[in-house]
Amino acid sequence: MWADLGIGLAISLSVVGAAWGIFATGSSIVGGGVKAPRIKTKNLVSIIFCEAVAIYGIIMAIVLSNNIAPYDPMAAKNILRQNYFGGYSIFAAGLTVGLSNLACGICVGIVGSGAALADAQNASLFVKVLIVEIFGSAIGLFGVIIGIIQVSKSAMGNKI
Amino acid sequence: MADSEFLFNMDHGYLEGLCRGFRSGILTQGDYLNLVQCETLEDLKLHLQSTDYGTFLQNEPSPLQVATIDDKLREKLVIEFQHLRNHSLAPLSQFLDYITYMIDNIILLITGTLHQRAISELLPKCHPLGSFEQMASISIASTPAELYNAVLVDTPLAPFFVECISEQDMDEMNIEIIRNTLYKAYLESFYNFCQNIGGATAEVMGQILSFEADRRCFIITINSFGTELSKDDRAKLYPRCGQLYPDGLVKLAKADDYDQVQNVAQYYGEYRNIFDNVGNGPSEKTLEDRFFEHEVKLNVLAFQQQFHFGVFYSWLKLKEQESRNVVWIAECIAQRNRGKIDNYVPIF
Repeated sequence: MWADLGIGLAISLSVVGAAWGIFATGSSIVGGGVKAPRIKTKNLVSIIFCEAVAIYGIIMAIVLSNNIAPYDPMAAKNILRQNYFGGYSIFAAGLTVGLSNLACGICVGIVGSGAALADAQNASLFVKVLIVEIFGSAIGLFGVIIGIIQVSKSAMGNKI
Repeated sequence: MADSEFLFNMDHGYLEGLCRGFRSGILTQGDYLNLVQCETLEDLKLHLQSTDYGTFLQNEPSPLQVATIDDKLREKLVIEFQHLRNHSLAPLSQFLDYITYMIDNIILLITGTLHQRAISELLPKCHPLGSFEQMASISIASTPAELYNAVLVDTPLAPFFVECISEQDMDEMNIEIIRNTLYKAYLESFYNFCQNIGGATAEVMGQILSFEADRRCFIITINSFGTELSKDDRAKLYPRCGQLYPDGLVKLAKADDYDQVQNVAQYYGEYRNIFDNVGNGPSEKTLEDRFFEHEVKLNVLAFQQQFHFGVFYSWLKLKEQESRNVVWIAECIAQRNRGKIDNYVPIF
């Protein structure tokens, strides 16, 4: 149960983060694009950064779900212990990835909105604000790395 | 959480982007330098075509008049503002409603009605941003009592009337006092509204509105020297949402001449700077000009923050200042008196 909960959290929180970021950036791009149409295509990069967050979520959910395996509840103590550990660690990894992607998505969204409006005023600012966005996007990556480390030791199933 | 940066863009992101787009079309120093070098109003029209204004004067018959330019500038501003207002959601829509000009329009209509002018004469003179549906009903009233009831019941300004003016006052009071009392109630209500929204809006608008309140206090005081406005009456007209409240207002209420007003201003950093170097000579600026400059500075600063409503207010005020600037330059050109043509307030 814990493992499934973890996988659910991983994908759902990541998607919420990505969606939040996309609406924050998208409305600013559309608004700014009315008077400065040149920003439309360049600023789609911000949207792509937000989307990447959702992709991290999907990848982690798939990786985590590969670790799940059925086990016999009447098995020996050490097998049970290993399976419990596996369940909890998948939950923890899912929570890590989900929450960090949520934060990352919101962050990239707000910065992307600022980037769109700054670009509309002064075209030379876009690349500089994009650097800030890249750092924000790294947060999601940290979450994925830690999540993978968390499940690397887990193994479920009927064998040790 | 809502209306801080997390959820602001959900309801207001497009409009903020659009408003900032409008802001980038405000005339810069370079444009003004071009405009002051024009010899005729036709030249002015030509130069304005290359700015954001485009061909707004295209269909006007020549010779061009300054009043036409003024009307067209205002019309363009109203169209843009109406577009923003029509697309807005609460609380932005309430905010935009607060910015409109209903008070001046109502005072105009009340004065006109009391002097028995026809409504068809008065309506075109009203500022289009401040029109509302019940304007016509004000002119139907013929006595002050009817007027009071009509205004109280029908107009959106009713709450401000209730706070300050009773029926007898309508009859006796000078119309200017009514205007100032209404404005005080409106300003305080607007200030409280912004503080309730909280976040960056409260901070930015708080600064702008408290300056506006203090400015009105100074102007009311200075203008009341030599008139029969008593000090108590004057004190009732001061809006209380500025930095001057409460100590400065007490001192201002007791002031008797311009020097005493200047002494009050010395206590407050920004106002001390404004009152220095004021004069009426050719190269000095008047107090009004200094106030306008400070207002422009505060409005430009509002654009430095994102995710607040102050950008809409500041854009509107800056566009009005720009209209005043262009009309000033046009008047100087039309009257061929280029002495004070550089007295516009530069914005960017």
